[in-house]
Amino acid sequence: MTDAAMPPAAAAGPSRKPKKSLHVLDDNTRRRNGAERRFRILGGCAVGTGVLALVVLLISILSAGLPSFQQTFLKAEIYLDPAVLDPSGERDPEAISKILTFSYSPMIKGSLTALAEELEAQGAENLTPKMLADMVSGAANAKLRDYVIANPDEIGKTVEFEFLTNARIDQYLKGKVTRESAALDSRVDVAQLNAADELVASGAMEKRFNWDFITAPDASENRPEAAGLGVALLGSLYMMLIVLCLALPIGVAASIYLEEFARKNFLTDVIEVNISNLAAVPSIVFGILGLAIFINMMHLPNSAPIVGGLVLTLMTLPTIIIATRASLKAVPPSIRDAALGVGASKMQAVFHHVLPLAAPGILTGTILGLAQALGETAPLLLIGMVAFVRDYPDAPPGGLFEPATGLPVQVYNFTQRADPAFVERASGAIIVLLVFLVIMNLVAIILRRRFERRW
Amino acid sequence: MFATIFFVLLAVLVIGGLFLGRRKAIAAAGGDVKQLHSLVSYHGWNVALAAGLAGVGVLAVGGFATRFIGLPINVIYTAALLAALAGFVYAYQRIDRDFRARNTVETMVMGLLIAASSIAILTTVGIVFSMVFETGRFFSQYSWTHFFFGTTWSPNFRGNSDLGMLPLLWGTLYISFIALAVAVPIGLFAAIFLSEYASPRVRGVAKPLIEILAGIPTIVYGLFALITVGPLLRDYFAEPLGLGESASSVMTAGLVMGVMLIPFVSSLSDDIINAVPQSMRDGSLGLGATPSETIRNVIMPAALPGIVGAILLAASRAIGETMIVVLGAGAAARLSLNPFEAMTTVTVKIVSQLTGDTDFASPETLVAFALGITLFVLTLGLNVLALYIVRKYREQYE
Repeated sequence: MTDAAMPPAAAAGPSRKPKKSLHVLDDNTRRRNGAERRFRILGGCAVGTGVLALVVLLISILSAGLPSFQQTFLKAEIYLDPAVLDPSGERDPEAISKILTFSYSPMIKGSLTALAEELEAQGAENLTPKMLADMVSGAANAKLRDYVIANPDEIGKTVEFEFLTNARIDQYLKGKVTRESAALDSRVDVAQLNAADELVASGAMEKRFNWDFITAPDASENRPEAAGLGVALLGSLYMMLIVLCLALPIGVAASIYLEEFARKNFLTDVIEVNISNLAAVPSIVFGILGLAIFINMMHLPNSAPIVGGLVLTLMTLPTIIIATRASLKAVPPSIRDAALGVGASKMQAVFHHVLPLAAPGILTGTILGLAQALGETAPLLLIGMVAFVRDYPDAPPGGLFEPATGLPVQVYNFTQRADPAFVERASGAIIVLLVFLVIMNLVAIILRRRFERRW
Repeated sequence: MFATIFFVLLAVLVIGGLFLGRRKAIAAAGGDVKQLHSLVSYHGWNVALAAGLAGVGVLAVGGFATRFIGLPINVIYTAALLAALAGFVYAYQRIDRDFRARNTVETMVMGLLIAASSIAILTTVGIVFSMVFETGRFFSQYSWTHFFFGTTWSPNFRGNSDLGMLPLLWGTLYISFIALAVAVPIGLFAAIFLSEYASPRVRGVAKPLIEILAGIPTIVYGLFALITVGPLLRDYFAEPLGLGESASSVMTAGLVMGVMLIPFVSSLSDDIINAVPQSMRDGSLGLGATPSETIRNVIMPAALPGIVGAILLAASRAIGETMIVVLGAGAAARLSLNPFEAMTTVTVKIVSQLTGDTDFASPETLVAFALGITLFVLTLGLNVLALYIVRKYREQYE
């Protein structure tokens, strides 16, 4: 282009003229080759940095989150005292379910006293029965109660029951709580850690896979060990259903109109510019829209999957429309011409011939749009999906109007809590989210590979 | 309850319409369907669509009207059901041998297609209206000069708050600047390497890997900033250098956001670099320039407008990004130059003013809408500018 790239030949010219050979590199060529090498290395480094960032990100999330799928349980014999659980002696399920969760704690404490004495006999120091009882999660009462209500015949017998241990003991066995940090922590005592070691050695305490992390509802601030993702998964599923049922038909209809029927006029121009701009509007703005229109104006319930689903639908629409239009455009005009030629109407040509051929592309775009919607957090924060929800929503359609959370919002929720054990939960929830995203993307890739046609 | 009954009855009407319309059409033709103007299925669809559209249409209008005149819900459902029935009867009695059912159905379908495409416009109108309205209420309670030019942000739910936007804007721009300072060189060099140097095998592996970064939800980056990058920067940079002891900082959020933007910059630049005609490369290489000289002196000048557009789009992303800054940047509104200090952004404050117990009459809540519209205008401006530059550039080679 210009001579900027060329060496200042005039200055160097006369001196190197006598011994000029193509086999010997002169200084200038060497300098330029060096610059070339450096540039290339720089490019390689940039790619490497990108890949490295991905690897570090994944490793950090995986290493922080994988332990959350395992939880520590304490096995103990417990006598289900009929005098407390079923005073009437009739095993009437209704009477049993009236006994409050609170009444179960003395029983658990009693069963652990025996264990504490056993440990003391083996030489455990400074361990009071209360300390041992404190090692069990606060959620244990409720679990025992559920078990008794489900099996009323067990009342009066001594059963072996597995209690969740509290988060500190669990984190100790996972190596996150050390004796030094425990000494500073008012919620755990070094004696308890010693007892935990003993119990692990005797086989009474063990770490195993914990399905409750995936299925159980969220738990309160003080019980990270019992917190699960059940409600969040259900909420996300409901929202995805709404997005699929609304965004796919609306998106496809809009694309068909814009791509196949719309005449070039002011209105269609406005719509097109609109769609490309909507695709770039920050997601939080859609949250403000949802709050102002769906909640404040239309009085839909707060924290409900229906509102989340509607907001995410509006957000996903541009993505689906852009993908659908691309795949409609990829169907060659000869298909349309052939259909019109044998007497089909324009509408018949599109619906009977073009649309089926574009379907794989549309489906791929829709799955990618859904994946984007699944991971979206910010708009859901504004429509109140951060609320603490413990009850599973009902089946749709009623459940769509009941409070729920979503998977990414649950992650945010976990990070806002004081107990460090929730960091592990948040990372675990992210892993679940990423697994879903990977599955969706794989399905999209497979669909594309299998059905994509080159014309 | 009303809703369930209504939708069941509507479904009965629609499905019944499919069959009855078809049957009447066959009967009208005396059994010989070739006598009819339209295929029999169109007669069925005509009745079904007429019933369904009338019902849903009246339901939508009634639902909207009840906001203003307060109709009881059962009246709306009954009216919608009656409308569906009327649509059914009207379409059904129109069936005869010469009835142009296909044309009627196609008109109705076309109406549906147009309605679907206008949802995009309705969304934009909804966004603008929802914010303009509340912003107006905010500015009637709080002076706009204080909002746009105030340098302190201290909302106080008992009233008398300082709601100056400048510290938030400063935090937003500072973080975006750091993010772009990370993403633009890395993304650009990655795009150059992948499109000009890498062998097809390397490209086939590295390009998807980098693009995975684009598919990761922002909450994941936020958590990454919170549990890994923040503590790392604090322990190895901020504290030894005496610059601060906060894990959430401008630097944390900026670096992580930069990583998020790498694939964005690289894939856009990649497209633009590939769009530069091969003949320009060949010409430059033929004159004896090395590949890097070709890139710097020929390809970059030609691709520059497109790359500027890509950078502007990335900047608009950075400004509107929420979860990374919510988790990584902190909540303290500050005007400071120290990148290791916690600062906050417009998006963080929208979230914090609109979550929890909110009172939609107080300026402390309404300010979120003013912030929202500022954000919307800012990002929209950047997008429009970027699209304009990209489009203008494209015309040169096509």
